[in-house]
Amino acid sequence: MSSKSCICISSLQKKFLMAITGVLLFGFVIVHMLGNLQVFLGPDAINLYAYKLHSLPAFVMWGARLSLLLMVGVHILMAVKLTIENKKSRPREYDNEGTVQASYSSRTMPMTGLIVLSFIIFHILHYTSRVVPGMEYDDKIPSYSLEFEDGSVKQVFDVYAMIVEGFSNYFVSFFYILSMGLLCMHLSHGLSSMFQTLGLRNKVWRPRLNNVARATALFIFIGFAAIPISVFSGVLHHNDSNTYSSLNSVNDVQNDNITSEGTQ
Amino acid sequence: MKLKLRIWRQESSGCKGRMVEYEVDNISENSSFLEMMDLLNEDLVSEGKEAVAFDHDCREGICGSCSLTINGIPHGPQKATTACQLHMRHFDDGQTISIEPWNARPFPVIKDLVVNRSAFDKIIQSGGYISVRAGSAQDANAIPIPKQDADFAMDAAACIGCGACVAACKNASAMLFTSAKVSQLNTLPQGKPEKDRRVLNMVKTMDQAGFGNCTNYGECEAVCPKEISLDMIAKMNRDYAVASVKNFFGTVA
Amino acid sequence: MKLDSKIPDGPISDKWKNHKFALKLVNPANKRKYNIIVVGSGLAGGSCAASLGELGYNVQCFCYQDSARRAHSIAAQGGINSAKNYQNDGDSAYRLFYDTVKGGDFRSREANVHRLAEVSENIIDQCVAQGVPFAREYGGLLANRSFGGAQVSRTFYARGQTGQQLLLGAYSSLSKQVSVGTVKMYPRTEMLDIVKENGSAVGIITRDLVTGEIKSWAADCVVLATGGYGTVFNLSTNAIGCNVTATFKAYKKGAGFANPCYTQIHPTCIPQEGEHQSKLTLMSESLRNDGRVWVPKFKEDADKHPSEIAEDRRDYYLERKYPSFGNLAPRDISSRSAKEACDDGRGIGTTGLGVYLDFEDAIKRLGESAIRERYGNLFDMYECITGENAYQRPMRIYPAVHYTMGGLWVDYNLMTTIDGCFALGEANFSDHGANRLGASALMQGLSDGYFVSPYTISGYLADNGVKDPDPESDAFKQAESEVKERISTLMSIKGKKSARHFHVQLGKIMWEYCGMARNEKGLKKALDLIPQLREDFYKDLSVPGSSDSLNNELERAGRVADHLEFGELLCRDALERRESCGGHFREEYQTDEGEAQRDDENFAHAAVWEYKGKDQVPARHQEELQFDNVKLAVRSYK
Ligand SMILES: Cc1cc2nc3c(=O)[nH]c(=O)nc-3n(C[C@H](O)[C@H](O)[C@H](O)COP(=O)(O)OP(=O)(O)OC[C@H]3O[C@@H](n4cnc5c(N)ncnc54)[C@H](O)[C@@H]3O)c2cc1C
Ligand code: HEM
Ligand code: FES
Repeated sequence: MSSKSCICISSLQKKFLMAITGVLLFGFVIVHMLGNLQVFLGPDAINLYAYKLHSLPAFVMWGARLSLLLMVGVHILMAVKLTIENKKSRPREYDNEGTVQASYSSRTMPMTGLIVLSFIIFHILHYTSRVVPGMEYDDKIPSYSLEFEDGSVKQVFDVYAMIVEGFSNYFVSFFYILSMGLLCMHLSHGLSSMFQTLGLRNKVWRPRLNNVARATALFIFIGFAAIPISVFSGVLHHNDSNTYSSLNSVNDVQNDNITSEGTQ
Repeated sequence: MKLKLRIWRQESSGCKGRMVEYEVDNISENSSFLEMMDLLNEDLVSEGKEAVAFDHDCREGICGSCSLTINGIPHGPQKATTACQLHMRHFDDGQTISIEPWNARPFPVIKDLVVNRSAFDKIIQSGGYISVRAGSAQDANAIPIPKQDADFAMDAAACIGCGACVAACKNASAMLFTSAKVSQLNTLPQGKPEKDRRVLNMVKTMDQAGFGNCTNYGECEAVCPKEISLDMIAKMNRDYAVASVKNFFGTVA
Repeated sequence: MKLDSKIPDGPISDKWKNHKFALKLVNPANKRKYNIIVVGSGLAGGSCAASLGELGYNVQCFCYQDSARRAHSIAAQGGINSAKNYQNDGDSAYRLFYDTVKGGDFRSREANVHRLAEVSENIIDQCVAQGVPFAREYGGLLANRSFGGAQVSRTFYARGQTGQQLLLGAYSSLSKQVSVGTVKMYPRTEMLDIVKENGSAVGIITRDLVTGEIKSWAADCVVLATGGYGTVFNLSTNAIGCNVTATFKAYKKGAGFANPCYTQIHPTCIPQEGEHQSKLTLMSESLRNDGRVWVPKFKEDADKHPSEIAEDRRDYYLERKYPSFGNLAPRDISSRSAKEACDDGRGIGTTGLGVYLDFEDAIKRLGESAIRERYGNLFDMYECITGENAYQRPMRIYPAVHYTMGGLWVDYNLMTTIDGCFALGEANFSDHGANRLGASALMQGLSDGYFVSPYTISGYLADNGVKDPDPESDAFKQAESEVKERISTLMSIKGKKSARHFHVQLGKIMWEYCGMARNEKGLKKALDLIPQLREDFYKDLSVPGSSDSLNNELERAGRVADHLEFGELLCRDALERRESCGGHFREEYQTDEGEAQRDDENFAHAAVWEYKGKDQVPARHQEELQFDNVKLAVRSYK
């Protein structure tokens, strides 16, 4: 390990990178969730939010995206390295492998992480690029007339409709809720673990942070899962005022020239 | 008591090991786990068969020699107890017990249940000391040490170096062992001058020995016979972070 | 055999200072040309090897455990003495010296003991500087506790793990020297013989316990710091691997063995449960501060549950016999009283070998929580081993072999009667006379290793120059082939019984006839039984497996073989010492009240045994002990 690989960073440095990228991703997840929850305030709110987000200067937009990508990249790279090394260090399993206090979520970090990763990819293709076959919302969802405070009206992409439409699909919702559950598990260990990694935890704060981590993770789960559940239970439904028949009918969508993005 | 034992037998480090079943009878509830092993060996020896090799010495839970994974848990089911202090009354008559060596790549099996733990010595050699020549010390009371610090250092220093932390860790990480030593010395004023070097070097040696990375499972803490706390790892992480930054700026001596 | 103790001239307090000045020095640039072998990595060996390495010598250090840090010094609980006088209670080096000589029942060498007391202060400084986390007060200064045999509070401690912490300190210094390259550490390597050329020690023969390789090591001098021989009794508080092999091999090569009969039996250990038992566990002596020791007054109560024995049917024998010291009577006296009670048929527990240590009164007086605070960890340990809750029923305790004051005879320089062979720590006949005071063994081991041997060994090397012995020489070849032959003898008996079996038998003989109380008849019986057992051993031993790989049974067999010879020497010494002193109690020599009776007229000497060949009676020599500073007196604890 020493002389062979030139980008030799120590086990602890890898861990620090995990933790730092982890906490930044967590920050993003929180903001993202709060943004999404505006769907409950009705199509106006969420569509305005999406519109504003997308009217940000390109360098801000892309800067944020690239740094997120970098974050995810580093997080995953470190996760892969750590996991491979760890597997190598432990040549076999015990006859009856026992566990005393390690939580289930701590033992499944790589697995939950990986599924979350596959979810993220799908999620971006689904709601951001909108290129999942059969769910090309750009073509299928009519635009939304957004009224601004100054009284002007603009045709914007109907994020609200997309969400409702997207989650009406049984598989999508199931995968979404499952992934959020796994993310919740990932974070229920990771959020407290991160303090340990950075040396910011002790006997007194460990149980407290563990509880905070679990509560936060659960909060995130509920926050995200509430949307598909609400779609299913009919709490969120298509807005009648927006004339919109069925997915199969091809519509001319006026995109108002905005880069068609979801709530990103 | 009558017991069925499944024991890892392995000729030598190069050979393949396997689980072999044995039966022992007339085991007193009051005997220790190693005494039960003694009896098994006595039976084997009287039949001219090779005894099961295992490490042990003090048999009072302090030397850290004994190193058996019992039913998948290093040192067995009893909390804060080494295998040599574990007593048979904690098992049921007729139970099957599996006994295996520490399982970690940096601890290769030497024979049967005996592993080579010299990687731990290497870690200590790379910084687990305070450089003070015999005779060069000042008066012992010259530097008062807050009781809290002395107690914390003692909590860390209680480590017996048995390696159960590594054996229990699903990543075979040696963080608890290494951090216990780092925390002891880095907490005391006497250890401050070498603080940064110590943590950087010891972590480096630990990595080079092939131990896995910590993912904060906490299994190490759970099986530690001396109940060394994860706080030691947090302390080491903190010290390492500071030392890395200093090192980056070229200010570590 | 010439016994020249080389005690320096001058008043007792100047001897060491003068001697240090008189010792020759080795030029710093030449130091690395010298090779030194240190066998043992306990407090004595570890600290010696580290200190010699710091000076720049080339050191090879050996131990049989898998790491230097596991030497049995690690098990010491109570603490380490030092005449720091931090308590301002009137302590001084001279008082520590005085207490140690008196505690040793006037059977130690004054000059050595005084030196020990002098350097005791440096030890604490050294250990604190190494990062040993001694207990402290809230003000940040070091705390002390008091210990048996002293009226001042001079014991430093690190919870109940003082030995561990001191050893880890020495081990860390050793590790530093290993990293620097001045010390090479060879764990899992057992010394099986010492090699002499032209009368001087020039090396050792070892067996690599993993590969079985027999190897010669040459050096300019050899240091033996291999610990005590308590395991000759099989059951003791020592580690399973503790052995007499190294010192006994030196004895066979011409090193005098002094006072083997001085063995210390600790009064508060957990009693034996049954035949399966492999070792005895010490319960700290401090328990006697609050516990009351008793046995039933009447034999017929011995099997009853303690709570069914009424107060007036209990015999608090220590309080009865020693009203002023009571339950805090010294180790040897408490141990013997327990034995008397059990011999009388009033012992408790399944084996009848046990007495009660009862906390009921203390719990009533102070409350359970106070007792838990003071002794919680000990009560837990007791419960872990016995499964009994000592808050609810009295602890069962019984004396057990704990420490051996005897060992290789050494002069003031710690050199044995073999030129160039030094002995340190518990392995030498030490500074403790016939009885060691609590917390003094750790002090002695570190004093020998950090502060005495580095000077005296340098002096020896300076006097003798670089010898550069050849490990291929005939002397080594011969010693090697002897070692190999011994091993193949053990391997080829192919009998039916394990080494452990014979060890158990030997232990029973030793304990029965040469234990807490000894008499001529019993000792003669033992001298009869041991050779018989030895004969059985060489007929019926079974050592399966091979000698060229890890073989625990072979290791044990080799050690038991040595014990089977050494046990005889121990009994012989006990037989010849026709007096009672310290740990050596001869029933024939006691006062009317049953107390030990010394014979200063005839026995104020160290008995030193010289090996005379196989099946020959060894020769007994004497080093007369001079008491210029401490007056010989009778110890009384009434
Ligand atoms: C349970 C217990 C509690 C004690 N408590 C106290 C206390 O509170 N205070 C106190 O002052 N004293 C106490 N003592 C006594 C004290 O611990 C010992 O006397 C002292 O530590 C001995 O140190 P040592 O270095 O001489 O030997 P050890 O520590 O026994 O070291 C012996 C070394 O020699 C090596 N060795 C032995 N034979 C061979 C061989 N043939 N080949 C190669 N290497 C070999 C071993 O591997 C080991 O490294 C206690 C003892 C016991 C058993
Ligand atoms: C994209 C796929 C992901 C994978 C494969 C992954 C994998 C992992 C793994 C293996 C760990 C354990 C590392 C360790 O404790 O040493 C971990 C920790 C962590 N992950 Fe992820 N993760 C992913 C996504 C995320 C996301 C999206 C977040 C943010 C919400 C996140 C936050 C964290 C945090 C906070 C930790 C704790 C770091 C620490 O223990 O110090 N992860 N991740
Ligand atoms: S044998 Fe020493 S700790 Fe178990």
